[in-house]
Amino acid sequence: MNRMRPSVETTTLETDALAVERTLAGDREAFRILVERHSRNVYRLAYRMTGNQHDADEVVQEAFLRAYQKLSQFAARANFGTWVYRIAANYAIDRLRQRKSEDANRALPARETEDGAEMDLMSSVPDAAPSPERLAQSGQLAAKMRLALRELTPAERTAFVMRHWGGSGIEEIAAALNSSASAAKNTVFRSVQKLRKSLEPFVEQRSRAKVMGTEL
Amino acid sequence: MKHPKEEELIAYHDGEPAGREAIATHLADCPECQDELARIDAVLAALNTIPVPEPAADYGQRIWQQISPRLPQRRGHWWDFLFREPNAVQWFAPGRLAAAGAIVALVLIAFVVGRFTGPRVVTPLVATDAAKVRERILVMAVGEHLGRSEMVLMELANSGPQNPPQKQVNISSEQRRAEDLLEENRLYRETALEQGDTALAGLLDELERILLDVANSPQQITPAQLQNIRQRIDSRGILFKVRVVGKELQQRGEMGTAPAQPSGSGKTERNKA
Repeated sequence: MNRMRPSVETTTLETDALAVERTLAGDREAFRILVERHSRNVYRLAYRMTGNQHDADEVVQEAFLRAYQKLSQFAARANFGTWVYRIAANYAIDRLRQRKSEDANRALPARETEDGAEMDLMSSVPDAAPSPERLAQSGQLAAKMRLALRELTPAERTAFVMRHWGGSGIEEIAAALNSSASAAKNTVFRSVQKLRKSLEPFVEQRSRAKVMGTEL
Repeated sequence: MKHPKEEELIAYHDGEPAGREAIATHLADCPECQDELARIDAVLAALNTIPVPEPAADYGQRIWQQISPRLPQRRGHWWDFLFREPNAVQWFAPGRLAAAGAIVALVLIAFVVGRFTGPRVVTPLVATDAAKVRERILVMAVGEHLGRSEMVLMELANSGPQNPPQKQVNISSEQRRAEDLLEENRLYRETALEQGDTALAGLLDELERILLDVANSPQQITPAQLQNIRQRIDSRGILFKVRVVGKELQQRGEMGTAPAQPSGSGKTERNKA
């Protein structure tokens, strides 16, 4: 039994490709390997984009369902993890656009009521010594950040999340946005520019407070 | 250099390599741009404090449970039973590996027998997609093993004493790698032997002897000892055999499962081996 271990280790890197091949050959259980291996990473992207667990779960599920349906289009030499990540980003953009449109139609000022969990998560910025003042101020910052991220267009938010939290390259972002590399680069820039405009005064205020010995 | 644009500073902050050196040089002497970069960094650092709840360890299983009933069944094949398992995570459980190993070894034997003895013996299994997938596992493993072995042998064969003959030669690097390769080599040889694949077993046996010699030699050997090892490598053409078989196995693995198209030169090389 143990005699085969080295060959397994040698082929571990190939298991994604093998799982894809086996899934395509009709072995549905093979897809389970891919789901269990990559879903956590996709979840982190989805959560950053949607801002709440419920929507993030839905994005993850839909991404893997779409990956399964499109599996025959997947190039065998490509990286499955990157591919499904891109599908998730793509779906999340659609979902954000849909949400924006729904909110606009209902003239909702924000999604605070529906996404109460999101508010709590966004507000729970790590805080070493949470005095009431600090809590209030960090809560303000969290609210500002939540608002600033929500004000980005879906494409900008996707580009920002993929670039700054996902570590994706411009080409990968361009593929998720269905745009050229230069357009993707511009979208990343615009997202940071908008976030700076919204958050910089508040962040600078924190810096001044820090200098004065009243760090938030 | 004039001040970089905001876009360029953001790209610099992101680690963009283009123009990096020029911006770094400018930043070193420009407090204004240093401040600008610090402001960009402050905003992005603040955004990093937004927490993301870490998914539970069984998150993937939960997602699978939710989506699996919604996955349409793809049309399978009669050989699917070879793969089917209640829990696919256990694909690589020892029992399963033994079975898979036996299947793959059978396929490999057909491949190797054809290579060494003339007319190729092809079992019907070779023609199936499922068999190709399984074959690839061992083909790639043995191919890579032979490729790594070839590198060690090459280095030994080509390393002559660069200094006067009385100096010793350090082969500690080759030695470590030979030790690593030995264990794998034994497994592949035993498997080949159990399956009656004497050609492959013979090649691996010869290789194992050389690897053993190298592994058991002192780290510093005399040029005469090195010459001895080199003669053993040369005398049986082991390096050539390892190269030919290893290369073809690797090519087959890289090509997926399609057998290599025999070219004129390829045939000649195989016959020589």
